[in-house]
Amino acid sequence: MKEFTVLDLLNLELKAHNELHLKCIAGRKGLVRKITDPEINRPGLTLSGFYEEFAFHRIQLFGKGESSYLCKLEKEGNMKTVEKLFSYHVSCCIFSNRHTPGKRFLEIAEKSGCAVLQTDLSSAELAMRLMRALSNVFAPHKIIHGVLVEVFGIGILITGNSGVGKSETALELIERGHRLIADDSVELRNVSGNILMGSAKDQRLGHHMEIRGLGIINISYLFGVGSIRDRKQVQMIVDLEEWDQEKVYDRLGSGENTREILGIKVPLVQVPVKAGRNIPIIIETAAMNERLKKLGYFAAREFDQNVLTWLESKNARNLYFNNKDIF
Amino acid sequence: MVTETVEIKNRAGLHARPAALIVKTANEFDAEINIELDDMKVNGKSIMGIITLGANYKSELKISAEGKDEKEAVAALVKLFESRFEE
Repeated sequence: MKEFTVLDLLNLELKAHNELHLKCIAGRKGLVRKITDPEINRPGLTLSGFYEEFAFHRIQLFGKGESSYLCKLEKEGNMKTVEKLFSYHVSCCIFSNRHTPGKRFLEIAEKSGCAVLQTDLSSAELAMRLMRALSNVFAPHKIIHGVLVEVFGIGILITGNSGVGKSETALELIERGHRLIADDSVELRNVSGNILMGSAKDQRLGHHMEIRGLGIINISYLFGVGSIRDRKQVQMIVDLEEWDQEKVYDRLGSGENTREILGIKVPLVQVPVKAGRNIPIIIETAAMNERLKKLGYFAAREFDQNVLTWLESKNARNLYFNNKDIF
Repeated sequence: MVTETVEIKNRAGLHARPAALIVKTANEFDAEINIELDDMKVNGKSIMGIITLGANYKSELKISAEGKDEKEAVAALVKLFESRFEE
């Protein structure tokens, strides 16, 4: 994984309700320090002189309590514990509620080359937003060759070999009113262990497509902002492949195929491509079928059940008519 | 599988035109071609994929190919990088 530094934390692009409102008030040299742990430490114990199990590699969060304790230390002129704290390789310090530490504290931080950041959020709010942002950064992720579209609210990842018609299929889906998230390379993240979130690697490139013969086109300009989305959970994979005479395809749809990506199992539909087969309509139907399954209606299973009941009644009828003893 | 590391020698990095050249070259081969930068791995036959790498001047890329013409594929791509995409 690429290294995540304090500067990256300051530059994180977050939406309004997730913003961290961080600014650096001292120790600019420390902006290059790496953050290796997504968790947060409250350094109360350390300030009072207890150093065992000090999680120095974590982000140190100074709330109201820590700040007023620092004030007391500074008044007493007793900065030994602060000096000791900065003798560890602390990743960075954050002061919540717009608290500003005393001059001595900032000097010691500056000298040790550790960044001191400040925010106007409360400790609880900051901790929550930091956790959310960092768990996203540290989530296992990988880039997959495919197109991610949203069809009737279901996030569908279309995969398949180069030239099989993924982009063309996606283009027709967009034309029919569905949405594009990313074309060609989709970045997938395992969020909180059970959600597979897909987005474009870079928002500036995400809503473009490459169509053979046309070149690169901008989907949001051509089809309007209603036809794009920034991110979406992958709920189904449609794998397009060249029609293979030898291969046996699923004819009933009763088997539940899945593909595992980053440890998460996603339902998989394999669709053979052949001239004359309208793939977008098949994908639309697969999406609606997936929604039905989520609602508890399983067409293939229901059909099978009906056939069995019918056969049974037929059996019973035959038995009844062939058994002359009854009369 | 054949793997080779290359460095980008043209100042502008991997923008649209070099990406198109790479894809054009990669598509001449049957082998499955991948290009890696840091922890990102993309398909060598996809323009958007290669542009997404955001590879700039002097970044090191790993080209790998698997298939019956893997050697020729990697050699052709390395040659392309060496020639700075004819820029």
